[in-house]
Amino acid sequence: MPQISVRHLAKAFRVTERSPGFWGTLRGLASRTTRTVRALDDVSFDLEHGELVGYIGPNGAGKSTTVKIMAGILVPDRGECVVNGRIPWKERAAHVAEIGVVFGQRTQLWWDLPVIESFELLRDIYRIPSTAYVRRRDELIAILRLEDLLDVPVRQLSLGQRMRCDLAAALLHAPTLLFLDEPTIGLDAPSKLSVREFIRRLNREQGVTVILTTHDMDDMEALCSRVMVIARGKLLSDGRLSDLRSRFGRERWLTIDLLNPDEPVRVEDFQARLVLRDGGRVRLAFDPDRVRPEQLIAALTARHAVNDLFVEHPPIEEIIAQIYQREGIAP
Amino acid sequence: MPPRNPARQTKPVSHSDVGAFRLYVRYVAISWRAQLQYRASFLLQCLGTGMITAGEFLVIVALFGRFKTLDGWTLPEICVFYGTVNLAWSIAEALARGFDDFGSLVKSGDFDRILLRPRSTVLQVLGREFTLRRVGRFALGVMVLTWGWTDLELGWDGARLLLVGFAVAGGVALFIGLLVLQATLAFWTVESLEVMNILTYGGVTTTQYPITIYPSRLRHFFTAVIPLACVAYFPIVAVLGHPDPLGTAVVWQCLSPTVGFLFFGLSLLVWRMGVRHYSSTGS
Repeated sequence: MPQISVRHLAKAFRVTERSPGFWGTLRGLASRTTRTVRALDDVSFDLEHGELVGYIGPNGAGKSTTVKIMAGILVPDRGECVVNGRIPWKERAAHVAEIGVVFGQRTQLWWDLPVIESFELLRDIYRIPSTAYVRRRDELIAILRLEDLLDVPVRQLSLGQRMRCDLAAALLHAPTLLFLDEPTIGLDAPSKLSVREFIRRLNREQGVTVILTTHDMDDMEALCSRVMVIARGKLLSDGRLSDLRSRFGRERWLTIDLLNPDEPVRVEDFQARLVLRDGGRVRLAFDPDRVRPEQLIAALTARHAVNDLFVEHPPIEEIIAQIYQREGIAP
Repeated sequence: MPPRNPARQTKPVSHSDVGAFRLYVRYVAISWRAQLQYRASFLLQCLGTGMITAGEFLVIVALFGRFKTLDGWTLPEICVFYGTVNLAWSIAEALARGFDDFGSLVKSGDFDRILLRPRSTVLQVLGREFTLRRVGRFALGVMVLTWGWTDLELGWDGARLLLVGFAVAGGVALFIGLLVLQATLAFWTVESLEVMNILTYGGVTTTQYPITIYPSRLRHFFTAVIPLACVAYFPIVAVLGHPDPLGTAVVWQCLSPTVGFLFFGLSLLVWRMGVRHYSSTGS
C-alpha cells in the first residue's frame, strides 16, 4: 500500500478583490467582488515508502495547497487523500504526530530560547519517551553538527545554522514522512550542500519519505529521482527526472568559442536555434534526431574558426521553462 | 531524565507522557522567562498599567468625596464590585494573552504550525503567552477588594469568601470566553478587531459598578448577551448581603457565576467552528 495516495484532489479558493484607494475600501465594505481560483484541479498520484520526490511549479501553482492537504491542515473540496492509512484532516493529532514539516522561510523554534530548550519542549509536545528522545537527539546533533549551537538563542543563529536546527526539530519524533518547503532558500553554498547531504542520508539510511518543494533546480538534480511538475492546479508531469528530460528535453546544447568574437553565425543554416551569443561564445540548441552532433560540428568548423567546443544537456531549469512556456505561463 | 526506579522501566510511557496541564506549565515557564529577559521594559510596563488603573480608581474615590453614595451604594460596596471585576479581568488577560493578539498568528501563517502539532489548539494558543505585565491591575484589584471587604467588616465568612471566589472564577472564564470569541473572528477577517474591545474593556468599565445605575437596556445586555452581570453584580449583591434593588432571588445570585463557565464552553464551540472554517479556506 502506498504511503500517500491522492485521488482527484480539487480545491478552490474565493479571493476577495479590493479596489485600491479610500473609495475602493469603502465600496469593499458594502459589496465584495470575489473571484474563484482553482488551486487544485483533479490531482492524483501515489507515493511509496522511502521515495524522495521533488514537487515543483511556479508560485501559486498549487504546491503548497497540496502539501497543506497532505499535512492535514487544509480540507479539499473534492477528492481523496490517504496518508499512512489515515485521512489527514479527519484525525489531525494522530496524523501530525507521524509527519515532519519544515518551512524554509519560517522557523518552528522558539525565538528567545536556546535551541536545546526548543528541542525539550518539542519532546513534551510530541510525548516522545525519554530514552527514545535522548537517542534521537544525540544522533541528530551528531549528523547535523549542532553541538556548538545548542545553547545559543535561536534569534542569534545564522540562516544556515537555523535550518540545520529546524531539520533536527522536525525529526525528533522520528516521523516517517517529511515535508520540506524550500529548505535551501537563502542559504550560502556550503550550507546548501550540507542540507542536501543530510536529506539524502535521511532518505537512504533511515528510509524517511521526503517531499521537497523547491525552486532550486540543483536541489532537484542532486536529490530527487522523481519529479512532479504542477501548474495552474494540474499535474503536468510526474516521473523520473531522466524521463522528464527525454520527454521535454530532447535538445542538446552545443557551445562554441569563435576565434573571431565579431564573426556572424547563420544559425538557420545548421538546423539549430541560437540560445546565447556573448562575444565569441555561441550556444546552439539542436535536436540530435534531426542533426547528429558530429554533422553539426563538422558543418560549423568548416565555415568558422573555432577555439573550443562542447556538447551538453540543457539544465533542468530550461526544461521546466519549456514546460511552462508550452502551457503559456510565466515561471 | 532516566527513570528513577529501574523496576518501573517496563512502563516507559509513564514519565514521558506529558499531560496537557504539565505542558501548559512548561509553556508558562518559558513565557515568563522571555518576558523577564528585558527587565527594565518589563518593570516600566508593570508600573504603567498599575498607574493607569490606580488613576481610574482615584477618580472614583474623588467622586465619592463629593457624593458619598451612588444610587444607594456606598464607596466600600462599590469597591467590592470594582475589585472583583478587575481581579477577574486581570487574571483572564494574563492567561489568555495568546488569544488577545491571535490575529497576528493567523496573518503570519504561524497558526499552521499550531495545527501541525499533535496537541489541542486551545492549549497551544493559551501557552503562547502568560503575560505578567498586567500585574498592576491585579494588585489594584486585590487591594480595592480587600479595603472594601475590611471596611464593610465582612470578615472571614466561609460562604462569602467562597462566593466571591466563585464570582472571580466565573468572571475569568467569561472574559477568556470573550477573548476566544474575539480571536475566532480572526479566522474570518484580517481587519483589526478593536471593536471587540468595546465588549472587554467596555464590559470591565461598565460592570465594575453595580448595574442598577444603568438604563435597563444596558442591564439586559450585560445579563443576557454578554452575561458579565452574572459574574459581578448578582453574586456580589449576595456577598454584600444587600437586598437587590432588581429583586432577584438569593439562589440565583449565588448560582449565577455558572453562566460564566457556560459562556466559556460556548466560546470553545465557536472556536472549533472557526478552526474548521480556517482549514477549509486556508487563510
